[in-house]
Amino acid sequence: MKFTKDWLKDHLKTSKTEAQIIEKLNSTGLEVEKVEPIKNELSDFIIAKIIKSEKHPNADRLKLCHVDIGQKELVKVVCGGPNAKDNLLTIYAPPGSVIPKNNIKLEVSKIRGETSYGMLCSESELNLSNESEGIIELNQNYKSKIGKSYFHTNSDNVIELSITPNRPDCLGIRGIARDLSASGFGKLINNQSVKIKKTGKQSLRVKIEKSKNQACTIFGSCLIKNIKNKESPEWLKKRILSLGLRPISAVVDVTNYVMFDLNRPLHAYDVDKINKGIIVRNSKKGENFKALDNKDYILDDDMCVISDHQGVLGLGGIIGGTRSGTELNSKNILLESAYFDPEITRKTARRLELNSDAKFRFERGIDPNSISIGLEKASEMIVKICGGEVSKSDIQFTKKIKKKKILFDPFLASKTIGIQINTNEIIKILENLGFKIKNKGKALIVEVPSWRPDVHGQIDLVEEIIRIKGFNKIQSIEPEKKRLRQTLDFFQRHFHLAQRSVASKGYFEAITWSFTDEKINNNFRENFEEVKIINPISSDLNVLRNSLYPNLVYFLKKNIHRGFENQSLFEIGPLFSGKKPGQQITVICGLRKDNLIDVFDIKKDVVQTLVELGIDKNETSININTPSYYHPGRSGTLITKNDKKLLAYFGEIHPKIIDKAYGFEIFLENLVKYKSQNKKDKPTITFSDYQKSDRDFSFVVNKDFQAQELLEIINNIDRSLIKDVRIFDVYEGENIPLDKKSIALKVTIQSDVKTLNEKDLNEISQKIIFNVEEKASAKLRS
Amino acid sequence: MSDFEKIKSQLKDKLTKAQSSQEVEIIRAEIFSKNGLINSEFKKLGSLSQEDKKKAASKINSAKQELTILFNEKAINLADDEIDKRIKKEKDDVTLPEKNFRIGKIHPVSQVIDEISSIFSEIGFSVEEGPDVETEYYNFTALNTPENHPAKDMHDTFYIEENMKTLLRTHTSPVQVRTMLKGKPPFKIIAPGRTYRSDSDQTHTPMFHQLEGLHIDKNITMGHLKGCLNYFVKEFFEVDKIKMRFRPSHFPFTEPSAEVDIGYRIENNKIVIGEGDKWLEILGCGMVHPNVLKNSKVNPNKYQGFAFGIGIDRLAMLKYGINDLRSFFECDYRWLNYYGFDPLDVPTNYRGLSK
Repeated sequence: MKFTKDWLKDHLKTSKTEAQIIEKLNSTGLEVEKVEPIKNELSDFIIAKIIKSEKHPNADRLKLCHVDIGQKELVKVVCGGPNAKDNLLTIYAPPGSVIPKNNIKLEVSKIRGETSYGMLCSESELNLSNESEGIIELNQNYKSKIGKSYFHTNSDNVIELSITPNRPDCLGIRGIARDLSASGFGKLINNQSVKIKKTGKQSLRVKIEKSKNQACTIFGSCLIKNIKNKESPEWLKKRILSLGLRPISAVVDVTNYVMFDLNRPLHAYDVDKINKGIIVRNSKKGENFKALDNKDYILDDDMCVISDHQGVLGLGGIIGGTRSGTELNSKNILLESAYFDPEITRKTARRLELNSDAKFRFERGIDPNSISIGLEKASEMIVKICGGEVSKSDIQFTKKIKKKKILFDPFLASKTIGIQINTNEIIKILENLGFKIKNKGKALIVEVPSWRPDVHGQIDLVEEIIRIKGFNKIQSIEPEKKRLRQTLDFFQRHFHLAQRSVASKGYFEAITWSFTDEKINNNFRENFEEVKIINPISSDLNVLRNSLYPNLVYFLKKNIHRGFENQSLFEIGPLFSGKKPGQQITVICGLRKDNLIDVFDIKKDVVQTLVELGIDKNETSININTPSYYHPGRSGTLITKNDKKLLAYFGEIHPKIIDKAYGFEIFLENLVKYKSQNKKDKPTITFSDYQKSDRDFSFVVNKDFQAQELLEIINNIDRSLIKDVRIFDVYEGENIPLDKKSIALKVTIQSDVKTLNEKDLNEISQKIIFNVEEKASAKLRS
Repeated sequence: MSDFEKIKSQLKDKLTKAQSSQEVEIIRAEIFSKNGLINSEFKKLGSLSQEDKKKAASKINSAKQELTILFNEKAINLADDEIDKRIKKEKDDVTLPEKNFRIGKIHPVSQVIDEISSIFSEIGFSVEEGPDVETEYYNFTALNTPENHPAKDMHDTFYIEENMKTLLRTHTSPVQVRTMLKGKPPFKIIAPGRTYRSDSDQTHTPMFHQLEGLHIDKNITMGHLKGCLNYFVKEFFEVDKIKMRFRPSHFPFTEPSAEVDIGYRIENNKIVIGEGDKWLEILGCGMVHPNVLKNSKVNPNKYQGFAFGIGIDRLAMLKYGINDLRSFFECDYRWLNYYGFDPLDVPTNYRGLSK
């Protein structure tokens, strides 16, 4: 919403400065987005400096100039002015601007093979004088103004507001004035009665068809006959320009003017182009019309149209049609001032992907009581400018306007805001905003003005009160430093720890999209349901990720292209196992690319992380069934021994997906669940001071026999004596049968109660050999 | 002087002059071995009278002690000499590079979430979370968003189902409702998380991070809201004073609603937060709308309070001088290394937020 202070003063008697007004608007909830000088046809012409001018390669009389127009880069302009030279200050016209002398719109064009972006102007081209010999030469005073508009406007600034969707009333300048007045910034001028001579009835028949989903509930209209439509007078043009609109003709400009002045959209028809009468009805599928934006629209069922006996004239509350549009030669016009339902209007516009200033207002809610004032104000202006006679207004309606009343306990204001506000002040604020108030005991009966569709209940009134009183009046209360609950729960603590645990192993944390490319995702999807996004931001981000790998692999490859051969990335976040809320799993996924590492490096990272997260390594075991995106021979699944819960996968990523990369995935919910179900207190421990002995063994086993099993067998022989088992060598080759391998291990033996003698040690050694040979079909290697 | 004394003093002399541990070992054998000086002297005792025996024995023992001390000293001296000799030859160029080490990095968004959690922890907020995929009900309806609100448009929200009933949450506010539904007041929570909107340019990405805050109790007013946010902003930017303004605004789920701006100025092309004559919008907040409380099975006549929503990425950009939001999610190794945080640099209340 744009306005100027000059225009505001039509509605508000105030002595405040522009700066004060801007500050007040911000503090009452009408956010000022921009303040800038009014643009007009001449603001395009910019002060510029020729940095370098050289001869045009293909034309003797032309020059190729490199021009500073206050932007980062110089522009190239072909110029015919004989006086164009280095360092000349002059005036530049960009592509898109219209040269006043001949009304020609500039375009980027090639002149004798050289592209020219705009042009440098002579005085005559800008209608400044008849001088057309060379381009304008400005004196050095303009040096500091390069990039600024040459034609300096002495008028107001345009203030642009960003109006929240609940405040349609402030999409008109009168609404803005009302808020300012209620905030103590002047008196609202009473200009809402128009005295205009009306002759005769509105003779064109108007009918609102009753049907389900009829958006139009009121249709007001009047005729203005024998006008002479023309260009608007200067003052009106200036205001239209200040809104960022293009002046068209007096009739159109007036309807726009009233829309922005009172937030009252109007539409003008050329009556002579209407066939018999107006019917407001719902469209039938397939009907079409050409709208004022010069596009053809094919309508669906149930869209509100204004039609005549021939067909659709326009879309109610959204846009008019070309068939009945007014033109400079229109003689007799019909003005429409109607009410359209916000929701239905919005739906229609959305279905047709149509936007207009009228639609923007109707979908937010227009004051249904502004029908007459809109017609009268517009008629008055049109007659003043174009002459003609105005008929009485005809107002058709299908629904009576209901008054909204709220029973309000004024104490709620203090209770919500936290400072005392007395009832008199409350009444004053609300009345200044147009609310009507009656006392009822301690409570108030508040009648909501018809231009405030956003106010429904007591809390809305509280907002009005504090908005006008000022948020700066609220006393800040220091927060209490008292904790009722732990900041992080058990799971969150593990999330936090896992994140830093992995990072501390040299991984860089990445945060990637929750969505990914379906094609990459399919490599990692396994048995998860594919979750498609109906309206993805781009076709390569069209599914929710079923794994954290797709994005990490994608970005890892990108980094390789950036020249980083060795990388470690990780992400902690959700994968999506289905499309229902909650069907997501928290995974911490690491990915390493390094030509010098093998699966045991990645295994170390994952096991160390699990141990740091409080998992006892001895309570886990490994199986080799891993998802298909891992190298089948170089990957493993870490599970809990007792309930076979999945804790993590690790291994080399399948070389078909990426070469020489290793990764792991830890499933945090499973881990935390396991931990909370297997919570145990740390027992007190006594350390044995008796002599410790190491014994080395070497067993020959089948090639596919797993080392993990061997360790398990030995560990289970006698836990009171066998304190540690470590594998230090695995050998295949000479002296070992082809289908066998030899595993060498060191067993630490220690008793808690005595020093073991040679006999004891031999006994336990024999036990180890016997058990291993028996259970692992192994042979002690001699 | 007895023979014993003579030999002893000869050996002592020899010992002092000894140059190597081998020499010392030979002398040691001469004195302490089975047939060495001490033992042979003890053997002689057998022929002596009781009294002489006692005298002689104590003499031998004191000699043994004296020699032992001497030997130990000599051993230490010799060992030291040998070390001195050895280290003269040991010379490494320590200006050569150290062995490789790898320092991992925590993403600035994670770091900022930890900073924020640490600040709110101090004033009694706990952390809640909610699902990324939400129902239309929790994301909009329960939060008092009217059926035809612009935010529901296809072009703002990512939908998972054609009927538009499930979607990617557009804000963290649904966590408010979920939290209240599963517990009993009072509520004092923050909820950081991923949020999604169909938007992409220098300041918008289709995924970003938000932090929701909610404090509901019997008498929580806008004064508490102001105090809480003021505290947070000061702590977060680690400044003593902060210029802050509350501007009335509109959100369907709060009433009254406000946007909060903080003062800043530009100094040497960098943003200085806290003072200056420029304003920067950093968050939206307000008193939780009675309809939201009702939808969350909390009695609005008994309980009231505030909620706020902050863009986490934006806070990170401001605090750590990062210009392009998109770069947060592009995983550029150089960027992660440059803007990332040391994993040991954990923000805490007692140590402080940043290193």
